Amino acid sequence: MKAISFAGALTLASVAFAGDPTGTPPLPLGLSAKLYQLTVPKPPTPAEVALGDKLFNDKRLSVDDSVSCATCHDPAKAFADGKARAVGIKNQVGQRNSPTVLNALFQATQFWDGRAGTLEDQAKLPILNPIEMGMPSPEAVVTKVRGIPEYRDAFKKLNGREPTYDDIASAIAAFERTQLAGNARFDRFLTGESKALSAKEKNGWALFNGKARCNSCHAGNAVSPLFSDQKFHNIGIAAHKQDFVQLATEALRVVRAGDEEQNDRLALETKFSELGRFLVTRNENDIGGFKTPTLRNVGVTGPYMHDGSLATLWDVIDHYNKGGTDNPFLDGGMQRLGLTEPEIDDLVAFLFALTSEDFKALEKKELASQRAKKSNRPERDTAIALGKKGHMGDLAPNPDIKNPADLGLYGPVASPEK
Amino acid sequence: MRKGVKSIETKHYEERDSFFDGLRRLDRRAFMRIAGLSAGIAAARGLVTPQGFQLISVAEAATPSAKPKFSFAYISDSHLYKKELNDRFVRSLLKAVDDINRLDPQPDFVLYGGDLAQLGQKEELDLGKEILKGLKAPVKMMVGEHDWFLDMGEHWRGLFGEPQYSFDHKGVHFVTLMSVNEKDFWTERKMTPMERMQTVAGLDNGIQSRFEVGPAGREWLKRDLEKLNKNTPLVVFSHSPLYKYYKPWNFWTDDADEVQALLRPFKAVTVIHGHTHQVLSNQIGNIQFHGLLSTAWPWPYAPEGLPSLTVPMNRPDPFSNFDGCGDGRIDVLESGLVDKLYNLWDRNPVTVKSSYLATGGKQDRPPTAKLPPY
Repeated sequence: MKAISFAGALTLASVAFAGDPTGTPPLPLGLSAKLYQLTVPKPPTPAEVALGDKLFNDKRLSVDDSVSCATCHDPAKAFADGKARAVGIKNQVGQRNSPTVLNALFQATQFWDGRAGTLEDQAKLPILNPIEMGMPSPEAVVTKVRGIPEYRDAFKKLNGREPTYDDIASAIAAFERTQLAGNARFDRFLTGESKALSAKEKNGWALFNGKARCNSCHAGNAVSPLFSDQKFHNIGIAAHKQDFVQLATEALRVVRAGDEEQNDRLALETKFSELGRFLVTRNENDIGGFKTPTLRNVGVTGPYMHDGSLATLWDVIDHYNKGGTDNPFLDGGMQRLGLTEPEIDDLVAFLFALTSEDFKALEKKELASQRAKKSNRPERDTAIALGKKGHMGDLAPNPDIKNPADLGLYGPVASPEK
Repeated sequence: MRKGVKSIETKHYEERDSFFDGLRRLDRRAFMRIAGLSAGIAAARGLVTPQGFQLISVAEAATPSAKPKFSFAYISDSHLYKKELNDRFVRSLLKAVDDINRLDPQPDFVLYGGDLAQLGQKEELDLGKEILKGLKAPVKMMVGEHDWFLDMGEHWRGLFGEPQYSFDHKGVHFVTLMSVNEKDFWTERKMTPMERMQTVAGLDNGIQSRFEVGPAGREWLKRDLEKLNKNTPLVVFSHSPLYKYYKPWNFWTDDADEVQALLRPFKAVTVIHGHTHQVLSNQIGNIQFHGLLSTAWPWPYAPEGLPSLTVPMNRPDPFSNFDGCGDGRIDVLESGLVDKLYNLWDRNPVTVKSSYLATGGKQDRPPTAKLPPY
């Protein structure tokens, strides 16, 4: 009864939004209108968005006119770049993988270590990062933008003044707030298209919520449809670096003397980058912790993990299947999963079903390319996954592999607007 | 300003607060390193800042009697089953051993706080002994009821010796008590050894007797303490808390009052106990009490009887195998009392200082969890 009335409320809400004077845009299938309203109380105006779009794609924001935001967040590649780690000016390679901009507006924090609280704060940092866009200072950016008449005029028209660094960041953020992702096969299945998911994908969803424990961190439901708990976890990727424990010990000592600016630099170019969230909070239990990314469009935004070190989703599941990479700071939720090869295939199938319809062609290409790499499985360790080697915990008894849709585990999703 | 956007000023103050919070959490050795480092940075920038002043005042607050004299580490309550039945607890004990082996400098010794096994079985105790062999520092063993009631300690004694003993270390007298004796509740009920063991292993169980050191144990303790000068610092290890916390769960020692009476004449007395699997602090008269974390699982706090000096930990995340569990270190101070570090896995470490207990909670209060306990 409760569920029905909630669904009713959602439907009513979307009807109310149609022709909303505040400009709430039509949302892709699967995104809750309530969530959008809470996240964006005042939707950006078309003028702001257009200006932000232009800035986002403009290489002139970098010191040598070679890199724009879109270089690493390419709209054609689901706002990622397909590279392991971001490549900035002069082909310098950073420490971290470029995450998608899609649905970034819903994230509680930005960057893999969550060091920016807003899209505005996020937008300011890569422009100044010496490896990424390399501008020497906010003043230099402002001077350069003010020197471009089209921007000068647009900002004057928008704000009635010459642009400041805050204004530039606000415009980029306004554009990013319009980048929404939903409308995946998964969403269509939830809204009643029972054939939208294959049997393998459905089984993958059951495993996702059961034996594979994915939803413990990649929580997805009607209210929070991002498949992320927005928290930070050490899953052992950082421990791939051999001297991780020694670095952690050293950093516990050193990082307390750093300031915010240094933090930003540390996070991108020094050996301490692998300490992740710890650089921001300085909490010991954040050592090697990185943000749980959204899983929407995960199939088309590889390679994976904060350092892009895993090439395919098969590698990702292999990593979790063995309980991650053991290290003294490993999150307590990490344990071996004992997944079989067909189960891994089904999970990967389900993850691809989270791809938005817009990227259908890209999905096909990515799936083919990942399948081709499937025979090479550097992360696979079946002995650990099955508990024959090592001590990575136990399997839960009799995982429930009923179809979560039958159990109503996700919650009601609004039907598509006609 | 949009909600969630922080001004530079707010950020500055947050930064500063977290920096000083960090400093307050540091142990002394780390503190001196940071102090040196910060002073160096301040000097290099040509700054004379309030931070420099703050550092000096913190340094002065460390009075000589609060200086650590030596440290020992602890691991407790691992409750091992055979690996085939439960690998998770094996994993946790291995993690604790790694933690302790990584301590630099190494502790003088490691206290094992009891309940190495879950059901007192040979395989369980043997597995535990094998894992504890991996510790670099010497181990002092204490027995728990889970190690004992299958064969009344036969196998445990074969592996580790007598459960009640004392030793002196760097001027401190240490006593390990066998505090989990129970009056015979099994003969009359014709219980098998395993039935007896499983009865004792249950938490909320009215059939079993309450724990006690017992008349013989108290007599031994009395004679052991007789020869000591009353100024000798005393540290007592017991598996059950040596006071009356919550009877239905046997978080309890029935003859605690008699034992406390034997300890009372001494100037500096600390009791370190296992069994309760939680952050637990108490002071009764001049005796300070510290609980130990379990490596296996955290117990909830009892519905009543929680000592008022305890700053409880909040409810652990059930998804995490490690949350609410851990190991730790105990710094014995020049004063003879101890500062107790709870090394909580998946959380920040918490130190409960002797000065916090001695001042009735007025000084050095450990950080309070933001979420409620359970």
